[in-house]
Formats: sequence, structure tokens, C-alpha cells
Amino acid sequence: MSIDRRQFFKIAGLATLGLAGKPAYEVFAQGEDVVDSVTVTSETPPVPTGPLTAHRWAMAIDVRKCLDQKDCKKCLLACHQVHNVPDFGNPKDEIKWIWKESFEHAFHEQDFEHLPDDLEHQVVPIFCNHCDNPPCVQVCPTQATFRREDGIVMMDQHRCIGCRYCMAACPYGSRSFNWRDPRPFIKQVDPAYPTRTRGVVEKCTFCDDRLARGLLPACVEACEARAMIFGDLEDAGSGIRELLRQRLAIRRKPGLGTKPEIYYIV
Amino acid sequence: MFDAGKVIIGLVIFLVLITFPVWYNATIGNASYVPDPQIITTAPACVAPTAYMKASHMDLLNQWRDDVVRRGNREYVAADGTVYNKSLTKTCMDCHSNKAEFCDRCHDYVAVGQPDCWDCHIAPEGGAR
Repeated sequence: MSIDRRQFFKIAGLATLGLAGKPAYEVFAQGEDVVDSVTVTSETPPVPTGPLTAHRWAMAIDVRKCLDQKDCKKCLLACHQVHNVPDFGNPKDEIKWIWKESFEHAFHEQDFEHLPDDLEHQVVPIFCNHCDNPPCVQVCPTQATFRREDGIVMMDQHRCIGCRYCMAACPYGSRSFNWRDPRPFIKQVDPAYPTRTRGVVEKCTFCDDRLARGLLPACVEACEARAMIFGDLEDAGSGIRELLRQRLAIRRKPGLGTKPEIYYIV
Repeated sequence: MFDAGKVIIGLVIFLVLITFPVWYNATIGNASYVPDPQIITTAPACVAPTAYMKASHMDLLNQWRDDVVRRGNREYVAADGTVYNKSLTKTCMDCHSNKAEFCDRCHDYVAVGQPDCWDCHIAPEGGAR
């Protein structure tokens, strides 16, 4: 029997298929109930009772009450602990949601020539202003940062591509970039809250997760002097509105038109 | 054909070598290995039918992610009326706390070994690898 090249290749090919066919069939063709679709409901019940809701979340800081607590960092520590904020130990890589800034620097555009003694060279807590007209949101190319209906300027870390436009746009320096993997630098990781990853921007979120659970922001809760007042600015009867009616408050860089919603009562 | 014997022997060797991965795996390899994820939960049911979860858990997770982060909508109502918190770490991993035996076995098998979830979300104690 003679065999030409063409026949040889055919036989060889069929033999290979025969050898590999059965195991491959067993692996890939095992019966599995294929479900085409299932109804996935995502509607929330219309009126949730648990979460704290508002039309416009805002914060007022009673500066003098804050200053009475010398060198207090409770708000800062509480915030950074519940949100797994890393401490890299150097200012270049620093991630900050709340930090302390001297009064003169925080309000440098007000050009205070002479400050009261109790304010001069004193530090105030600084964090995201949750602007009504947030420039960071305007520049974000992926809408990773966006303004919620209730006024919170949120970060969606899933969408952040790390371009840092928002950091350039924010006139308050409220945003920090993860230059390095933050996980090894978190002192005490809270498994209930995610960390961030290298290459994303993060900032204060007004504790949106705590509000959803009916809790006040961590900094407000941690402040023993009750110097941080959190509330609904559109509710005329709210505590924050009451306070703003009674006392003069200043905001950081109001002239830029960003409409910051952190009020410093002086 | 000149040197037919040598050419044919050469061809046979060539074919054996080039098809080596196929017949090796088919005969003595582990191509027939099927992943066996372990479910250790005591909960009566998952948030959706098992077949749907097997095929589309990633879609559900993406929907939950967008609902929670972007729409502030954190409650999921299952088909049987049970209300769940839309949370990977608090709801999913509450039952499936054995990430290595539950998630990783299939994910390794289909070579999507480490989805980005775990870059930020923290796997339950003992479940991380």
C-alpha cells in the first residue's frame, strides 16, 4: 500500500483530533443550565428610614471651639482610621482627607492684616469643601468624581484613571494622589472599608457610607468640643442654618465662584 | 520523492513535537481538571439563583457597584423579597468568606486570576492569598 503526502496529513490530523477530542469534550461540553435572564431588581424602597438624607449637606466649623482644644487631632485621626488612609511618613506622598492649616494660610485671600490674638498662628481643620460648583467635577474626563443630588462631591474609585486633572482644578488642595500602593502603609486596616490602590485620587466624601447607615461623619462624631456642625443647608430649621443665622461665617476662596460649603464661624 | 524515508521520519517527529501540548494534555495532563469551588455558607439561598450567579455574578457586582457609589442606592431586593445590602465585602463575602476556595479556584482556571476588586476591597481574614 502506498500513501501520498496528502493522505498522510489527513490521517495524522484525524488521529490527533480523535486523541484529543473526548477529553476536550468532557471538559468543555458538560451540561450546565444556561439561564438567559433573571430579573435583577435594583429599586430601593422609596423612603428609606435608616439613612440620613438631606437636600444640601454642609458643615460649619466653630473655629474658637476648635482652637480651645489645643493640638487636638481627633477629627483627623478618626477620619483617617475609618477610611483606611495610609501614612507614608513623608509630605511628598501624603494622603489627607482632613488636615490642619494655619488660619492665615487657610484664608490667605482674605488678606487679614491684623488678626485677633486667639486666631493668629492657630490651625483650623481643612478638608474638601463639597462645592456647589465644583471645578474638579467639571474637569474629570471619566466622571469618576461627581456631585450627588444632596451636594456631596463623590469619588468613584472604580472609574478614576489617575489623570489628576481634578487635583489641578481644585483650588483648595483637597485631593491626594496615590503614588504608591497604600496598603502596606495603613496602620490598622478596617476590613469593612476599602483601601485605595496605586494611581487613584482620593478625598473626603462627607462619610457617604456612614450617612447611609444613619451615622454622622466620623470627624463630627469624634469632635468632643462639638466644633463641627453637620446638617442640611436647605432645611431652614436645621442646626447649621440656625448657627449661620446667629454668627458670621467665612468660607475659603469664595471669590472663585466654586461656592464652597464648609463654613468657618469666627 | 527523494529521500522519502528521511523526509517522512522528519515530518513525523515534527508533527509529534508540534502537537505535543495537545496530546500530552489529552492523555496524561490535567486538561480534564474541572474547578471545584467550595460553598461553605449556611444561608438558605444566594441573592439570585445559582445558575445566574455562576454566569453573571460579575454583572450583578458591577450593577451593585454603580448603584451604591453613583446612585446612593444600597438596598437589593431579591426575587423572594429578602432585602440585602449591596456590598461585596459585607454581603457576598459574609457567606463566601473562603475566597481561596470559592472565588480563586474558578478564576485561576479561566485565567482571570486576580480581578481588580481585591486591589482595594479587603478579602475576609484567611481568604486572601
